[in-house]
Amino acid sequence: MFTKIQALGAAGLDKLEAFGRSGIILSQAVFAIPGRQAWPLFIQQLYSVGVLSLIIIIVSGLFIGMVLSLQGYTILVDYGSEQAVGQMVALSLVRELSPVVTALLFAGRAGSALTAEIGLMKATEQLSSLEMIGVDPLRRIIAPRFWAGMLSLPLLSMIFSVVGIWGGMLVGVDWLGIYEGSFWSNMQNSVDFSEDVVNGLIKALVFGVAVTWIAVYQGYDSVPTSEGISQATTRTVVYASLAVLGLDFILTALMFGDL
Amino acid sequence: MRIRGLELAVGFFMLAGALALLVLALKVSGLTLSEGSRSYKVYALFENIGGLTSRSKVTMSGVKIGHVTAIVLDEDQLMARVEMAIDSNVNYLSLDSSASILTSGLLGEKYIGITTGADEEMLQDGDFIEDTQSALVLEELIGKFLFNEATE
Amino acid sequence: MSYLDDSIIDIRQLSFARGDRAIFDAVDIRIPRGKITAVMGPSGTGKTTLLRLIGGQLKPDQGQIVLDNDNIPALSRKELFKVREKMGMLFQSGALFTDMSVFENVAFPIRVHTDLSEQMIRDVVLMKLHAVGLRGAADMMPSELSGGMARRVALARAIALDPDLVMYDEPFTGQDPIAMGVLVNLIARLNKALGHTSIIVSHDINETLAIADYIYLIADAKVLAHGTAEELRGNGSEQVRQFLDGLPDGPVPFHFPADDYLDQLMQG
Repeated sequence: MFTKIQALGAAGLDKLEAFGRSGIILSQAVFAIPGRQAWPLFIQQLYSVGVLSLIIIIVSGLFIGMVLSLQGYTILVDYGSEQAVGQMVALSLVRELSPVVTALLFAGRAGSALTAEIGLMKATEQLSSLEMIGVDPLRRIIAPRFWAGMLSLPLLSMIFSVVGIWGGMLVGVDWLGIYEGSFWSNMQNSVDFSEDVVNGLIKALVFGVAVTWIAVYQGYDSVPTSEGISQATTRTVVYASLAVLGLDFILTALMFGDL
Repeated sequence: MRIRGLELAVGFFMLAGALALLVLALKVSGLTLSEGSRSYKVYALFENIGGLTSRSKVTMSGVKIGHVTAIVLDEDQLMARVEMAIDSNVNYLSLDSSASILTSGLLGEKYIGITTGADEEMLQDGDFIEDTQSALVLEELIGKFLFNEATE
Repeated sequence: MSYLDDSIIDIRQLSFARGDRAIFDAVDIRIPRGKITAVMGPSGTGKTTLLRLIGGQLKPDQGQIVLDNDNIPALSRKELFKVREKMGMLFQSGALFTDMSVFENVAFPIRVHTDLSEQMIRDVVLMKLHAVGLRGAADMMPSELSGGMARRVALARAIALDPDLVMYDEPFTGQDPIAMGVLVNLIARLNKALGHTSIIVSHDINETLAIADYIYLIADAKVLAHGTAEELRGNGSEQVRQFLDGLPDGPVPFHFPADDYLDQLMQG
């Protein structure tokens, strides 16, 4: 009985310690002063984290917008208010779906790649090698990746929204024949820039920090074997997804919950 | 040369993100750059706001001229005090204007409609609209209807 | 005069444990300046750990590691990075940066630590690459290199800043005989030509004994024996003999500690 409680306590302490370590890494990565070579490294990471995620974001955004429009239409047409489709598509995308789905896709596409890359660098002793050359791997490897991830996610989320709304318009206006004027005016009447767009942007930024943080920490802390890296990659996707969904609830409650 | 193409791609990415934000601002949320936040505050007391919320539209002849910024219960009058922000270029609302809570369509949202009166003086920042008409509440309507039926 | 009179590294009463397992237990090691010192022992005795302790990547539980008056475990992070400029390390896997060409890999430490002009850097890098015989491979990517070549490039990178101390982590493991011969030769030649101190961690007995001036034998978290190759060959200890001659069984048992064989079989 006591041993079980003890084991529970030990596990708790372990988790707490890991959280503390990741916090230290985060703070060091955030406050790492960029050196002479930091700019090209940052650009490079923006490319591999942001630009390479564009395709999946655009395709998913398009389809989600189209599906939303189709589903919304079939429900709203029963009440004779199918011109509200634009409003529904835009609001659900901007407030909720864009940041969340982008973050989930980002965790799978870029987060896992970050973890695997850093883990592999650790396994092939590249991180140790950097340290022995006298370069802090936190600055050179972790910091540019962290900043790039944090910046990319809001941008991707904005693109997701726009593509999704365009997809919704394709289905709603061109296919189902909603009058284009009321589609847009309904949308413009209900979507508020500072309330909806900015809040969506804040969500995406928070998710960007969370997902990238988890990804680089899991890579940096991984056991440097092929098994260890594969486990770390899995953990990145699982933890990042859970963190995104949990944070989304908290943020939504704070922003729209009238607390 | 490889680094050039890469920088170009990243540049396009940043541009696309900024452009997307612009589209969201102008096209989707209907934000206009010139209007800004210049507006003046007008208050009105209602007996029943019946589902009016902050951010609801304030209209005149159906044209949007502002929005509801806050709704609180007035402790002296025991009525709902609605605070509205009216666009400052709409400065021709007479002091005896009336405000009523209307509904767009059968299931639509609640909004405030303003009708001007004949007074020479105009509403200023912080003024109250005296003449108000509360929201129609379905239960009360049905109650009245039944009462009328019974008395006939 | 003994090799140990002028030592660059002085390790005193070093203890280090991983979990419950002691890797080093109050070990004393001195590394003579300007010579090739080999640290040998069976796999899993913490030889690589020793290099990481010297490099300051791990902190010992107890003891001092003094490099030219700097006690490495006591240094701050910043001071540590300063001291590491005096060290070069060749990792077991080479540890080349996979996103840079061979040239950029060797140029990397120079770019980080000096303000040399691009022309000067080019000259130094080509010189170092020439020293390891790979000037022609400057524009290749690490993925295009064979294992032996990768290790030579890593060696060129390790000596790029002309360090006082070069550490080799298992340099001969997994190399074909020719590549191995090249490396053995190269390590000995660079040591003589550049005058730095070399520490080789290895369990390849013949190759290591051929070039090492001084040898430490480590087993069971202790220094088993130390001395020149001759002194060790003259050592009568059974354990030393077993390791040097490569006998499968002896004081270092063939069997990992286990329950009695017969008992375990009968239990089933």
